[in-house]
Amino acid sequence: MAKVIGAVVVDQEECKGCGLCVVACPQDVLGQNKQVNSRGYHYSFMKNPEACIGCSNCATVCPDTCITVYRVKL
Amino acid sequence: MELKDIINPNNLVYEKAKLLTENTMHYCPGCTHGVVHRLLAEVIEELDIQDKTIGVAPVGCSVFAYKYIEIDWQEAAHGRAPAVATGIVRTNPDKVVFAYQGDGDLASIGTAEILHACNRGENFVVIFINNGIYGMTGGQMAPTTLIGQVTSTTPNGRDAGRNGYPLKITELIAQLPGTSYVTRQSAHTPAAIRKCRKAISKAFQAAIAKKGTSFVEVVSTCNMNWKMTPVKANEWMEANMFPFYPIGDMKDSSKSEPESYSPIKN
Repeated sequence: MAKVIGAVVVDQEECKGCGLCVVACPQDVLGQNKQVNSRGYHYSFMKNPEACIGCSNCATVCPDTCITVYRVKL
Repeated sequence: MELKDIINPNNLVYEKAKLLTENTMHYCPGCTHGVVHRLLAEVIEELDIQDKTIGVAPVGCSVFAYKYIEIDWQEAAHGRAPAVATGIVRTNPDKVVFAYQGDGDLASIGTAEILHACNRGENFVVIFINNGIYGMTGGQMAPTTLIGQVTSTTPNGRDAGRNGYPLKITELIAQLPGTSYVTRQSAHTPAAIRKCRKAISKAFQAAIAKKGTSFVEVVSTCNMNWKMTPVKANEWMEANMFPFYPIGDMKDSSKSEPESYSPIKN
């Protein structure tokens, strides 16, 4: 079976830290950063980037459309 | 493979819809409005109807909807979006018109307008965001508030004896012969959001084909006024809203001709 690896890019300034993407991720890739952005929100980031499969579930649930998803088939 | 090799335009699978503007949405973190705005932008882009779509924005949290999607918009008075949409679609029958309303706007203040517009079978799409509360004004009880639900005007929970019963407006509208596609969706999980997107797309196609009014209710959260985190609000919605507002299609005659029943016999 072809292995799929993915990556997400979170727009840190747009993210409002709602945490919906963290719950939607089936691979437990995303987490909320301890740092805050300029508006004081704990933005999402890839805490576990190796596990990402690029399924785009996080981008689908993001209310502020601040996630871009990339995927490569090996 | 390094992260910088994966993050490459050739490997892109999901990006922001081109119709969404660069403005940061004013909605609270985790608000369902943001998801539905994005679905609308994606559907309009997919159907390639950007230059002939006119949205009618309501009064409520989504009053600034015109700032976020690059189409023509008209602002309506409170609850009157279906009346304004009727005027637009009757004078411009070649345009694709949709009204975007919340539950305070549609189910309380604009009940007469929505029922009569749907009963006349005006050819537009109605997107109805139902979070069971008046969001913008501070979480007061709406007609759709559940029995026992705590709001700022029912601090001990809604009581049927004093406040009446919640209104299932989508079920009412499904009875009307003027409607073509009536459905209730939600937008809390990736699967539900993909289904919701399909429903919105179907509603727009029915409006383009002049099949009558299409009505898409989206059961939503208002985590700020429910006083929960966005994730908890989704769980609360699944546990409490879905039993009373079941998800699914209520009417689908988008493939058939509009009903024309007459009791008069010669």
